[in-house]
Amino acid sequence: MTGPVTGPVTGPVTGPVTERGLRARVTQEVAEVIATRRVGAYQHITLVAPGVAELARPGQFVALAVGGESSGTLLRRSFSIHKVSPSGTYGGTVEIVVSAVGAGTRWIVDRAPHDTIDVVGPLGKAFPLPTDPVACVLVGGGYGSAPLFWLAGELRERGCHVEMVLGAASEDRLFGVVEARRSCDGVTVTTDDGSAGQQGWVSDVLPDIIDRTKAGVVYGCGPMGMLESITRVADDHGAVAQVAVEESMACGIGVCMTCVMPVVGSDGRTRMVRSCVEGPVFRGDRVRWDAFDGGHARVPDDAVGAPKVGGH
Amino acid sequence: MVDLSVDLGGGHRLPNPLMTASGCAANGKELHRFFDVSDLGAFVTKSVMADPRSGRGTPRMAETPSGMLNSIGLQGPGIEAFVDEDLPWLQSVGARVLPSIAGSSSTEYAHVAATLRASRAFDAVVGVEVNISCPNVANRGLVFACDPMASAKVIALVREQLPRDVPVFAKLSPDVTDITAIAAACVKAGADGLTMINTLLGMVIDTDRMRPQLGGVTGGLSGPGIRPVAVRAIWQVRQAMFEGRIPTVPIIGVGGVRTGRDALEMVAAGASAIQVGTVVFNDPSAPVRVLRELCELLEAKGYDHFTDAVAVAHGR
Ligand SMILES: Cc1cc2nc3c(=O)[nH]c(=O)nc-3n(C[C@H](O)[C@H](O)[C@H](O)COP(=O)(O)OP(=O)(O)OC[C@H]3O[C@@H](n4cnc5c(N)ncnc54)[C@H](O)[C@@H]3O)c2cc1C
Ligand SMILES: Cc1cc2nc3c(=O)[nH]c(=O)nc-3n(C[C@H](O)[C@H](O)[C@H](O)COP(=O)(O)O)c2cc1C
Ligand code: FES
Repeated sequence: MTGPVTGPVTGPVTGPVTERGLRARVTQEVAEVIATRRVGAYQHITLVAPGVAELARPGQFVALAVGGESSGTLLRRSFSIHKVSPSGTYGGTVEIVVSAVGAGTRWIVDRAPHDTIDVVGPLGKAFPLPTDPVACVLVGGGYGSAPLFWLAGELRERGCHVEMVLGAASEDRLFGVVEARRSCDGVTVTTDDGSAGQQGWVSDVLPDIIDRTKAGVVYGCGPMGMLESITRVADDHGAVAQVAVEESMACGIGVCMTCVMPVVGSDGRTRMVRSCVEGPVFRGDRVRWDAFDGGHARVPDDAVGAPKVGGH
Repeated sequence: MVDLSVDLGGGHRLPNPLMTASGCAANGKELHRFFDVSDLGAFVTKSVMADPRSGRGTPRMAETPSGMLNSIGLQGPGIEAFVDEDLPWLQSVGARVLPSIAGSSSTEYAHVAATLRASRAFDAVVGVEVNISCPNVANRGLVFACDPMASAKVIALVREQLPRDVPVFAKLSPDVTDITAIAAACVKAGADGLTMINTLLGMVIDTDRMRPQLGGVTGGLSGPGIRPVAVRAIWQVRQAMFEGRIPTVPIIGVGGVRTGRDALEMVAAGASAIQVGTVVFNDPSAPVRVLRELCELLEAKGYDHFTDAVAVAHGR
């Protein structure tokens, strides 16, 4: 690209002030990487992003541009916010945990301290917090545990008993076992291959933990299949599931309609809703798991505006 | 200071030529968190049909070099909800609105236009964009925009529904043998302007699964990768206007604009206004940034009026 002033604007963008005097709840800022370190199979990255740090709540995510200002990779990559420190030594910081799976995430994990990354956030809806100090179980699959420690802290501040279940394919794909032991009242680890904790899936250990703690809420973040089984187990054991989903997102800000999934609304009707703005956290029992196949969602026949037989 | 204002017909002088692109900006609220949508020349809304539509299943997107494919399936709330909620909101923040309408039959387009006209917020409408890149159920799903007769019929019916001072823009598809033939048919049927271009039909195969990557199999290609196609289409149609083969009407350029330079390129090819679509996904405030950059470029080149730069590359 040879344009004169390419690339996104620098510095925090604070949206227009509306009649009600509300400030925008989202910012775009060019964030400096101040720390990056390997943690098992993942890269733990700390970014100076005071605008995001000030506004974010647990369960929200950030969208990072990849490849620099003139990059041919246009679409941003989304990451759960692992932690924020609104008034750190460097100004507010935001931490993310990245699994390098493709070209975009590889570019991100290759950033060195003092490199910059363009960040938009915080995006999406946060985990809802219970008004009463009920027991909660937090279930993270792989890097899906990233947003749960911050959530655990907030729940314990409200007097909730908090237990965590961390599951992954193997030990190197677990994230935050030590931190979990520090920030929770109980921790259970499962791996598919038995390289750490109990061999098996999180759904194998979850029923007993819900029953023992009389948990009212199960929070989950991880692969879709895991979120479906967490929802089923929570339902069967009298708890509400709140799950953070992961759908392919072109914009992350609610304008493109690529990130939709079938979710039942308060009126009992199913709609294809945007997981970037109406999610990523949904009540598990509202998600139409029956419409998912291999991670892809069909439009259920009873969804609002579903194609009729013979075309629209 | 460059005079950026432009008149696209109907006596609505727009303060500047920058717009959002249909389907890349939703209906305003989301982007209003990043910039004031009333700073745009006009806000172009997501194409709306008569009834609510769920759109297609997922995956709905695939990334491509300098762009993406999308297969949304025109998900939307339907025209009733649009005129009850979205249009009044845009009016309340002072936006000038260019609603995009769609249909699967020419009568559906006419019905959507008539409902729009009856809206209490119709004052905010500075024009209507007709997305004719929709399958025509009456013709085995052939896209209207690929057939001059079908395109003309839709435009004529929509034109009848709207007051004279509301210009109608036909949004053309580049997936045709001769875009000037479709442009001519639309203008003769009453289009007051043309928007060029919609996405190009494309496809990606996921080589892990050895299956099409998109739920809808094929999708629309957009982003900087298609910009030369848009510039070519605008150039050809503008050339046909100079040659008298098509009556001269304003062209709104869209397709891959990322910077002020890209916008200026389209203007030089013949566009009187510019829409920024896919690049918003990369930079949410891109439309206002492109406007600022375009203004700086025009100033550096010594233009006093934006409109003086329109079609200059034709050297006439
Ligand atoms: C709300 C949310 C939170 C997430 N949190 C984390 C996190 O904390 N840590 C982490 O490592 N990853 C997280 N992901 C997944 C991460 O966004 C993808 O792994 C990443 O986009 C892949 O990009 P790539 O270029 O490396 O892969 P490629 O496969 O080359 O990407 C191609 C395209 O597909 C999209 N894509 C591919 N895989 C995914 C996926 N799993 N989810 C969404 N989009 C995908 C990409 O955005 C890109 O547009 C999250 C995703 C979402 C939606
Ligand atoms: C996700 C997405 C949705 C779109 N939806 C519509 C639509 O509803 N109506 C329409 O006329 N064009 C639609 N378009 C096409 C754009 O308005 C635009 O013509 C095209 O993407 C080329 O411009 P760009 O490269 O700047 O995006 C859509 C494009 C994308 C990427
Ligand atoms: S990612 Fe664009 S609407 Fe959700």
